[in-house]
Amino acid sequence: MKFSIILWGLVQALRVAVRVYPKFAARVKERDLIAQFKLQDNSVGRWIQFQAGRIKSGSGLHENPDITLFFQNEAIAVEFLSPPFDQLTRIDAAKNFKVGMQGPDELVVWFGATLTYLQTVGWKSGTDMGDGVTRYTSGTNGGPLFVYVKDGKIIRMTPIEFDDDDAPSWSIEARGKTFTPPRKTSIAAHGLALKSMVYSEDRILTPMKRVDFDPDGERNIQNRGKSEFEPISWDEALDIVVKEIKRSKAKGRGTIFANTGSHHQWGNFGHYLSAFGRLTNLLGCTKMMGSPDSWEGWFWGAMHHWGNSMRLGTPEFYGTVEDCLKEAEMIVFWSSDPDKAYGYEGTVRRAWAKELGIKMVHIDPHLNHTAALLGGKWMAPKPGTDPALAQALCHVWITEDTYDKAFVENRTQGFDEWKDYILGVADNTPKSPEWQESETGIPARDVRALAREWARKKTYLGAGGWGCGLGGAGRGPTGAQWARMMSILGAMQGYGRPGVNFGNLQFGAPVDFSFYFPGYAEGGMSGELQQSANAANNYQRMPHIVTMSTVRQAIPRKFIPEAILEGRALAYLTDVSTVQGQFMKVGYPAPGHGKIEMMYKYGSSSLGTQMNGNRYVEMYQSENLPFVVNQSIWWEGETKFADIILPACTVFEHWDIGEWYNVGAGYVHHMYSMNNHRVISLQHKCIEPLGESKSDHDIFLEIAKRLDMGALYSEGGNTELDWCKRAFDSSDMSKHISWKQFLKKGYYVVPPVSEGARAPTANRWFYEGRKKDTPEPYPLPADYVQNFGDGLQTPSGKFEFVASTLNNIDDSGRPPLNKYMPTYETSRDEGLAEFNLQLLTPHTRYPFHIMGDERGCTIRDIKDHRVRVDGHEYLVAAINGSDAAERGIESDDLIRLWNHRGSVVCAAYVTDRLQPGVVSAPTGSAEYRPAGEPGNSTDLGGCVNMLNPSENMTEQTHSIKPNTTLIQMEKWTGVDTWRRARAAS
Amino acid sequence: MDGRRYLATRAGGVMSEKWNLIVDVARCDNCRNCFLATKDEHIGNDFPGYAASQPEKEHSWVDIRHKERGQYPIVEANFMPVMCNHCDDAPCMKVAKDGAITKREDGIVIIDPEKSKGQQAIVDACPYGAVYWNEEKQIPQAWIFDAHLLDNGWTKPRVQQSCPTDAFRSLKIEDAAMQKIKEQEDLEVLLPERATKPRVYYKNLHLMTKCFVSGSVVADIDGIEECVDGATVQVRKDGNDMGQATTDVFGEFKIDKLEPQSGSYELQVRSSAGGDLSMQFTIDDESLYLGVMKLSAG
Repeated sequence: MKFSIILWGLVQALRVAVRVYPKFAARVKERDLIAQFKLQDNSVGRWIQFQAGRIKSGSGLHENPDITLFFQNEAIAVEFLSPPFDQLTRIDAAKNFKVGMQGPDELVVWFGATLTYLQTVGWKSGTDMGDGVTRYTSGTNGGPLFVYVKDGKIIRMTPIEFDDDDAPSWSIEARGKTFTPPRKTSIAAHGLALKSMVYSEDRILTPMKRVDFDPDGERNIQNRGKSEFEPISWDEALDIVVKEIKRSKAKGRGTIFANTGSHHQWGNFGHYLSAFGRLTNLLGCTKMMGSPDSWEGWFWGAMHHWGNSMRLGTPEFYGTVEDCLKEAEMIVFWSSDPDKAYGYEGTVRRAWAKELGIKMVHIDPHLNHTAALLGGKWMAPKPGTDPALAQALCHVWITEDTYDKAFVENRTQGFDEWKDYILGVADNTPKSPEWQESETGIPARDVRALAREWARKKTYLGAGGWGCGLGGAGRGPTGAQWARMMSILGAMQGYGRPGVNFGNLQFGAPVDFSFYFPGYAEGGMSGELQQSANAANNYQRMPHIVTMSTVRQAIPRKFIPEAILEGRALAYLTDVSTVQGQFMKVGYPAPGHGKIEMMYKYGSSSLGTQMNGNRYVEMYQSENLPFVVNQSIWWEGETKFADIILPACTVFEHWDIGEWYNVGAGYVHHMYSMNNHRVISLQHKCIEPLGESKSDHDIFLEIAKRLDMGALYSEGGNTELDWCKRAFDSSDMSKHISWKQFLKKGYYVVPPVSEGARAPTANRWFYEGRKKDTPEPYPLPADYVQNFGDGLQTPSGKFEFVASTLNNIDDSGRPPLNKYMPTYETSRDEGLAEFNLQLLTPHTRYPFHIMGDERGCTIRDIKDHRVRVDGHEYLVAAINGSDAAERGIESDDLIRLWNHRGSVVCAAYVTDRLQPGVVSAPTGSAEYRPAGEPGNSTDLGGCVNMLNPSENMTEQTHSIKPNTTLIQMEKWTGVDTWRRARAAS
Repeated sequence: MDGRRYLATRAGGVMSEKWNLIVDVARCDNCRNCFLATKDEHIGNDFPGYAASQPEKEHSWVDIRHKERGQYPIVEANFMPVMCNHCDDAPCMKVAKDGAITKREDGIVIIDPEKSKGQQAIVDACPYGAVYWNEEKQIPQAWIFDAHLLDNGWTKPRVQQSCPTDAFRSLKIEDAAMQKIKEQEDLEVLLPERATKPRVYYKNLHLMTKCFVSGSVVADIDGIEECVDGATVQVRKDGNDMGQATTDVFGEFKIDKLEPQSGSYELQVRSSAGGDLSMQFTIDDESLYLGVMKLSAG
């Protein structure tokens, strides 16, 4: 077809759409403009004019067009404009200057979006349920949902119940029984409570400015966190933000700090790695340098024994659900509480294990939720002493000769040295059950009984929240020692043997690992190739224009206040591509780069999630930080510390797409094996954004347009819905369900593979001395010391009892031989004698980080989470009965927890689920409510992390070390006298 | 469908199948999904003829009650959802005026959000504490078994749909069939002495209402203290056998379903490994961990 005919056809299509679709007619009425289409040499052209909603057109060149779209030659033009549109062709044309757009950026974006709207205006979404109710779908951190909407209002959200058209479920036959998962999705509390969060009293519904902030005059930085806010218009807010961007950039390279939390709403495009990543690359920001949050011990510790760097040092998990149910006789849950904020997909599988009579042991200072549900033996070591207990198990196995000798001999190295250490050859201290008793408080006889049972029975070690890493003891000060011990226990019992492996049935469901749908860590629309997993698949599958930041400095997550206050913060890199990646020290400032002038904070509240949070208040009130914009959905603890607030909307108020628990390559690869079914959901725009709020994507577009980057940001006018379609087209889903069907139904269940095609059992190949056969592309080929696929990622290719990669560094907390070192803060330290209780700050059960803890959320009505006293909801801290009695405390009393770093008021829950001397309060609070001066008084909101130290777990890491922190507690008097010692770290 | 219309259309029909709910205490892990789903359904939503919207705070139409049993290291944390029991002989109906409360033919009890205005006595009449007073609207409110959804074709209430552990089972069956299940599965109701004839039944209710006795049996073997596996533990009261157990590899045992406030018992441990031991204990209100019980002979 010829270019001139295509253009004529385009005009006809526009006219038809205006006639047929009132929404399209309204769109055309929004702007008056003349758009010129032409070949670059002006040989062919046609102009289209929109005037008061009418469409005029003429062939040839208009003398005064508002915008011009030109093509290098006719062949390119025809290919670009002929349906079906090929994305690769279009991207190739755009990035190689085969097409071009001229004119005001805002108009170009508007016109581009209008042309794509021509294709999408007729699309119908959702299922009509009668009575004026439409059922949409969404995706959340807690699981996918059906969303029922009537009259523009959400009336309910439910888990998705599959119908007969959906793919069948897998079954596992084990010991004469057949197990099949329920035909529905499960949902975590923070997902099920989302309707209340959409309509929460804490929603921010207009842009805001701090009343005493004048960007052209007195900024009153010292009043951040104290002063009130006033509503302003979007234009005012965005003009200030853009002016500050320009002011900052004029001061030097990398002067804008892009700062995100680790939580986010679900969706491949709304995720901070996606739209925010694209904007901040285009702006050239100093980014926040993440750390392996909650994987600390595995990443900095266990990785050195067996590699698995791209799994952050955690073990493989493929096939473990089937193997565990068929073969295992016991599961040891060690610091392992899967039945909380991660969702409940694995819960039914653990019920099957219980039904099969598989024994359960729970090692945790807290009788956790999973232990309470499943029952079994409970052992409660003093917080931080778990590695001593693990070493005593090794002692029993060595002295009683009950370890897997063939595995140790053929698959490992360094055992003799390890054995000598355990037997106390050099230090005259055998690491015996009696030796550990004084550390852990666990009777020696129980350790002997456990060791013998473990050796006798085929045992799964569920280490950490997911059974193969995450949280628990791994994020404490002895976290590296503990995770290293977990790997060593596995090696001594020959992990990979049938019935002997890592897991607690939370991971390793027999789903299809070959069906492609992009995970969120693939970066969505960011165009970022280095700091995301984009390059692995997404970049090829969904052709898009690469973006690249020109800034070479980053601020380490754990030391943001230090970067601002002291002008310097370095930390070790979370480079997962190889074991040695973590030895690089980088950060802020980088040579030739500028000092931070502005912070763009994207959601979350560091005051609630980060250690020693009072540091943040000091940072915000410092003249070193001239401007802060906070983009947030809700008023959270940190929001008030901004100068300008931009109101974002929830996931239900804009388009997005995503697969439940699909992270993508490079962080937790194949994480969706946590689910019984792979479920991909279109995240319908169920309702209009509340108030004046906008989607994150659209806020970024507004900023980009003010910098003439709108066309670049949106690739010529793509909307969120257009991006969703591009992701759909990029995935294997498009081979199985039409876009039209998917748009209506809203979800797709990926069929399971046949039984014979299931992924092989994790680590079996290594146990049997075969080439690696599990479906993960790690380690990278260069990291094999023998032939490709033979052995582990370690320098020896074997499991290393003495970790040779740790020979390369001098970190006293991580010697190559994993000797036991008591936790840093103990009652042995006289300076801390006043503080004789240990504080556990585990992951929350009901909220996700702080999400779900916002005021107005129904989760706040759960008495196990918060208790209402005099109209205020106080975070619940669990305390032991004897500690309570000593201090005259009863359940629901307000209590103050404090040390030299912070002071927080909680509501007491007196329980026997903790041992004397241990207090447990969940990490993460959405609220910060200082009783007096912010940063220098007691918090009534529940930010218990304020009590935790901000130092690294061991010197040469980038990590946290909560969970053994020493504190004191008393009944709250209502009078606050606590003041912060500024030197506290 | 409007609840009043539903009642009118069904008034002349024959409906012998009625709704029942079975709650398994052993399966409840306090995930709170039933509590949150009920709030999701009723906060901000009016269902005329069924229920007015629930206040944003304080109401727990599905409430989770806790019971911790035992002491370290043998501790249980048990949970029980409690909601309107949809009693067949409902105390609330006896105090309701102006026909404010209706017993539907399918067994569901509905407090009419209009007619019940001002009737706080309905709240006080419920022995289960399952009726809540809406201060703003001045009406009593309770869990309606999702009658408004069931009338629209739903096959189960939202508490069951959202439960990840299958702690709930709703059944629409004839009363005789339900009685059979009750006997077969050893189900109980709350406060049977009140004879309210609840339609909500509980499985494993002893986890909330009864006591256990437990302990750790140890012995010195070759001079080292070891857990005693396989010892027989027997509990007697006034010469009657009240239960027995065998110790596990950790030497631990648990004998359950002892009545609270039931007084003194005799306990005897027998083991081929380490001899015998006997002692007395008393059950007051709480379950007991008797501690480390060391067998004398080795």
